[in-house]
Amino acid sequence: MALSGMRGLSVFISDVRNCQNKEQERLRVDKELGNIRTRFKNEKGLSPYEKKKYVWKMLYIYMLGYDVDFGHMEAVSLISAPKYPEKQVGYIVTSCLLNENHDFLRLVINSVRNDIIGRNETFQCLALTMVGNIGGREFSESLALDVQKLLLSSSCRPLVRKKAALCLLRLYRKNPDVVNIDGWSDRMAQLLDERDMGVLTSVMSLLVALVSNNHDQYWSCLPKCVKILERLARNHDIPQEYTYYGIPSPWLQVKTMRALQYFPTVEDPNTRRSLFEVLQRILMGTDVVKNVNKNNASHAVLFEALALVMHLDAEKEMMSQCVALLGKFIAVREPNIRYLGLENMTRMLMVTDVQDIIKRHQAQIITSLKDPDISIRRRALDLLYAMCDVTNAKDIVEELLQYLSAAEFTMREELALKAAILAEKFAPDLAWYIDVILQLIDKAGDFVSDDIWFRVVQFVTNNEDLQPYAAAKAREYLDKPALHETMVKVSSYLLGEYSHLLARRPGCSPKEIFSIMQEKLPTVSTTTLPILLSAYAKILMHSQPPDPELRDQVWAVFNKYESCIDVEIQQRAVEYFVLCRKGAALVDVLAEMPKFPERQSALIKKAEDPETDAAEQSAIKLRAQQQQPSNALVVTDQPPSNGPLPVGPLTLVKIPSISSNVETSLSDERLSHENGTLSAVDSQSAMPSEGLIGDLLAIEGPAAAVTAEQKPVSGLESVVDGVDALALAPVSEQSNSVQPIGNVAERFHALCLKDSGVLYEDPHLQIGIKAEWRTHQGRHVLFLGNKSTSSLASVKALMLPPSHLKMELSVVPDIIPPRAQVQCPLEVVNLRPSRDLAVLDFSYMFGATLVSVKLRLPAVLNKFLQHISLSTEEFFPQWRSLSGPPLKLQEVVRGVKPLSLPEMANLFNSLHLTVSPGLDPNPNNLVASTTFYSESTGAMLCLMRIETDPADRTQLRMTVASGDAALTFELKEFIKEQLVYIPAPTPVPSPAQPQVSSPPIDPTDPGAILAGLL
Amino acid sequence: MIHFVLLISRQGKVRLTKWYSPYSQKERTKVIRELSGVILTRGPKLCNFVEWRGQKVVYKRYASLYFCMCIDQEDNELEVLEIIHHFVEILDRYFGSVCELDLIFNFHKAYYILDELLIAGELQESSKKTVARLIAAQDSLVETAKEEASSISNIIAQATK
Repeated sequence: MALSGMRGLSVFISDVRNCQNKEQERLRVDKELGNIRTRFKNEKGLSPYEKKKYVWKMLYIYMLGYDVDFGHMEAVSLISAPKYPEKQVGYIVTSCLLNENHDFLRLVINSVRNDIIGRNETFQCLALTMVGNIGGREFSESLALDVQKLLLSSSCRPLVRKKAALCLLRLYRKNPDVVNIDGWSDRMAQLLDERDMGVLTSVMSLLVALVSNNHDQYWSCLPKCVKILERLARNHDIPQEYTYYGIPSPWLQVKTMRALQYFPTVEDPNTRRSLFEVLQRILMGTDVVKNVNKNNASHAVLFEALALVMHLDAEKEMMSQCVALLGKFIAVREPNIRYLGLENMTRMLMVTDVQDIIKRHQAQIITSLKDPDISIRRRALDLLYAMCDVTNAKDIVEELLQYLSAAEFTMREELALKAAILAEKFAPDLAWYIDVILQLIDKAGDFVSDDIWFRVVQFVTNNEDLQPYAAAKAREYLDKPALHETMVKVSSYLLGEYSHLLARRPGCSPKEIFSIMQEKLPTVSTTTLPILLSAYAKILMHSQPPDPELRDQVWAVFNKYESCIDVEIQQRAVEYFVLCRKGAALVDVLAEMPKFPERQSALIKKAEDPETDAAEQSAIKLRAQQQQPSNALVVTDQPPSNGPLPVGPLTLVKIPSISSNVETSLSDERLSHENGTLSAVDSQSAMPSEGLIGDLLAIEGPAAAVTAEQKPVSGLESVVDGVDALALAPVSEQSNSVQPIGNVAERFHALCLKDSGVLYEDPHLQIGIKAEWRTHQGRHVLFLGNKSTSSLASVKALMLPPSHLKMELSVVPDIIPPRAQVQCPLEVVNLRPSRDLAVLDFSYMFGATLVSVKLRLPAVLNKFLQHISLSTEEFFPQWRSLSGPPLKLQEVVRGVKPLSLPEMANLFNSLHLTVSPGLDPNPNNLVASTTFYSESTGAMLCLMRIETDPADRTQLRMTVASGDAALTFELKEFIKEQLVYIPAPTPVPSPAQPQVSSPPIDPTDPGAILAGLL
Repeated sequence: MIHFVLLISRQGKVRLTKWYSPYSQKERTKVIRELSGVILTRGPKLCNFVEWRGQKVVYKRYASLYFCMCIDQEDNELEVLEIIHHFVEILDRYFGSVCELDLIFNFHKAYYILDELLIAGELQESSKKTVARLIAAQDSLVETAKEEASSISNIIAQATK
């Protein structure tokens, strides 16, 4: 079918279609673009018809995926043309090519407004459509009133009014104030009396958006919505052309029921009765029919009705009817219905207590886990996770494990995490738990975070009965030829501690265990090596009577690593070697790890039983010494419930520097006592809020050093719980602290590099965050999920933005209902370059417990950076033109975490700094570029160069340049922070260790830098 | 709401795109590339929903063309699936058993029709008859303008003869 009248366009499209390959196509397109460009240049000679033709060609080329970086002006200018054909093209092409942030749009606001207020209704329609599709904030400010007038006008025809309704919806999304006028809610109610179905459909969409933000103003609309629903679903009172496969406008029905879901309840008994009558009719009267479209449409209505019933929490009778329907759906052949059945069952679990009825369908749900369709498998996994409890945990977790080996890559991470959580939460016995986690590590080691194996260690340490079993299991796994590194870690740790319990079993003599571990040594990385070394020292200590041959072998290993480049390994090798020759003292130093305070499990118990008195929970306060990054201190208020610690309530971890010899570090007790007293006092008194933030920050440097790697070095034995998040102490004056799940600092660092994830989690609450960044603006959504079965009350969220960020947090509801999730949008605008951080002060009441946390938000400098890659010709002139301070700054940075160049390039790329390899002739240098966005600077190009010294990876020279002095400085400092402190997901010793012994604060000390952040 | 509408052919060629949420040009390209990878590789007889980047894509294949619409997690999937079908029926009525070629050479018509169906990512009209009437009215407006233009140029041509 040829285009009437636009032959040139048809010819061009055929030409492109006839191209044999991509290369030919590109040539043809480039030729056309060149042609259009020349024609546009001498615009005077262009007839309106030609202009139209070229603009369409541009859109076509754009659609094919080519960059069209000119001609936007011509498209936009057609909007102001006097005749309909040009105007139409101008409006459509503009709304396809540009998005709301484009500057050119400002140029046409006036023409658009003239079209809207003018008399020509076809022009009105074009203008309303474009504004409705791409209108931004500026349109909102200048056009909202006119659009409202059109919507309410009695003289306008429906075709204009329906467009006005949706246009207003768009403007409302951009700026909620557009309906902030007296009597608007009454007008909305009047609009619902509309007889034209097109207008009513559009108005209903508008109403959904309005009530989703604030239903309070629109109570008068509720009975009208019920009336509309009655009219459609019961009376079928609707013009023939608005029925779809015999169903009265399914879309309007769905929207109406959606609007009703935003009202908390229906109070008026008459309205309520009518509504339930209609819902009952929909639930009962929907049959499966042969015609796909009719089926889909009627089920769209049915599922919406189900959601509304769930929301209104109707009489029990109706609820069980819903579950029965869903049970039927998850077993049907039609995949869409199966998918939706599973999805809605999960939703239903969130709002009501139907666990027992849903459990009846467990077998069917497990079958869906093997469905050929990944969408359905995902839903099944979510549902299994939500429905799991003590009675079915074993079955479900074992199913998940079995499925793990078959699951595709994209699902494994989620699967592994879910299986681990369920295993821990609902383990019927601990041996089973150990089995599950070890299997998990074996099958999907890459997806098992450190937290999970730390937890295994914690359980085994605290349960003597379990120790021989765990050690034997670990020994079994070591026999496997190919082993995941995490498995090497956990088995070496367990065998180091408990292999002596196995000594009489075959294949378990100290020597045999040493040699099998030694086999794994060449394959492991520097994070695992220290664990192996500790295990060797312990095995050697346990070998009774001493075995000189084993001793020589172990010493040989220590000797070998005495000069290892990795500080942690070197330190351990040296110290263990010295310690091993101390004879009897060794037994004290390398004694078995004491029990961990019973923390997390107590919390899980509490999560399951919200009635438990919170006061019984043991509160644990962590306090890291900012000034002494080498001495991280852990003070427990009470001795752990399951028996006294061997060394008393005060436990201490010391990480002595390499330079100090063992004796000095051992005798450093005076200092530690001082610290201990200090912390104890602090934990009694109310902590000032700065203290809390200080804690948050201080932890990063030293805590990373403390985590998990229990270092049996100092005379006092160390106990640090590697699993519990050390990063924050959610303490308030009268309340007991609730322990976060997972490491808050790690979560924060992970979120600095990605845009969505969990910011914080504790047994009651999970805060997720999702962010979208556009130049200097960010749009976040905070997801506040109540995990418990009772409401969280007095929920408060306060933003403490630094001066360079403008932040707007929408209203956070006071109460989060049980198992519900609340979304709170948060808008961020970056005013100028700065590294300061925003803090969210969040608190809620769980029962009588006040939980209050201060969380850093990942609105960090690199979020306002965008990748840009430059060629040599682009880079060097810029680089040269920015000469000398303050626009170009240079600094030699020492104490850098040793990174290989590719690792450093990866780090840079993840920070949105585009590394351009080959730009710098010296292979030891790294050149990168990026664009920074803020309100004051606009888009600003930043360039940087890192010169490394291959002989000494711990120092480098950094040069940063940009067109703004403040930006250059901030960016330089920001990169420095990233280089001296790499947020490590594994418990790698802090890079700060080489310097920690020097008392005056080194400017490159990450602890000090981080402390200076706020 | 519908965040975007995408028509891609089985070979991965884009036949129509319409964005109701702001995406930069770079993001648009990325979305198209990612989604074609996900959707074109899905077998037949699977469900019409794909979970993607925390959102959902409802899609349906008609002959060689995939119609995709991206919505929020909590939106009603089947409703959107039928918006797609509704759109296809309108195209079919306008072109008279529509095929991919119609949409390639008359992509601008497809945009006109879509604009009568959706605004701001929401359905504005559910009557096929009404949409057809409005599109016909637009077509005749364009025709009239063309005739006028040609008659004027005739007059000019005759006057200058």
